[in-house]
Amino acid sequence: MSETQSGTQADADAERNIEPDEVLDVKGESCPMPVVKTRQKIDDVESGGVLEVVSTDSGSMSDIKGWASSTDGVELVSQIEDEDEGVYRHLVQKTDD
Amino acid sequence: MTDEADVEELRERVQGLESQVEVADTSEGEADSRSMVIVATQGSLDMAYPPLILASTAAAFDWDVTVFHTFWALDILHEERSKNLKMSSVGNPNMPVPNLVGTLPGMDAVTSKMMRKKIADNDTASVEELIETSLDLGVEFQACQMTIELMDYEEDDFYDGVTVGVGAATALEEMADADIQLLV
Repeated sequence: MSETQSGTQADADAERNIEPDEVLDVKGESCPMPVVKTRQKIDDVESGGVLEVVSTDSGSMSDIKGWASSTDGVELVSQIEDEDEGVYRHLVQKTDD
Repeated sequence: MTDEADVEELRERVQGLESQVEVADTSEGEADSRSMVIVATQGSLDMAYPPLILASTAAAFDWDVTVFHTFWALDILHEERSKNLKMSSVGNPNMPVPNLVGTLPGMDAVTSKMMRKKIADNDTASVEELIETSLDLGVEFQACQMTIELMDYEEDDFYDGVTVGVGAATALEEMADADIQLLV
């Protein structure tokens, strides 16, 4: 998958169809913890596995995207704003370095 | 005969240069990860945040991060004092306290308490949490030896994992090699 834009139909589809291997709950936490804890948690994910990060920080949309694009070994699969639950959901895949 | 000697000499030079190019190629591959050195000089509650947030985030990017703490910034690494950093009410136009009121006894404690409450209410990470997380992600925190002695601190006063026994020369050497250098 190439560059993803937040909130696209493709993101919504990915969110619906991909079952994450790990889930990281950073609700309530603000910058820089969503990104920092995502980095720590990705160590628990096996190569090819997907981590879902659930955040309430609106800055996490830009921050996790920026982190994923400039960090080796991870790829952003999708980002959606889940308005029903008032959270942002990010799917990050661990790739081979 | 002279020509042959010249050719032989040139061949040796080319071989020498080629091996240097190989070395350069390899080191470029290894230098894929970026590096950042922050020099932290301030020790107030508000000024503890910028270096810690940048350091922990850069470490999340897998950058090689060093934070060199000198003068008041030593308090950020001081296990006990880091939990009780203060803010100044005077001369801080961002605080809702007029300067004259700020000079009253106990006002700094009030201002610091206000800030601490805001930090807690907003679920912003504490200084302690940012330090522990940064250490976990491999950030190198250095405490300036000269200032440690100036402030009469002991090595054991600092968080586990903090490097002591370093000075300006160490900081400069690392800054010269780093991609990003910041003074906070």
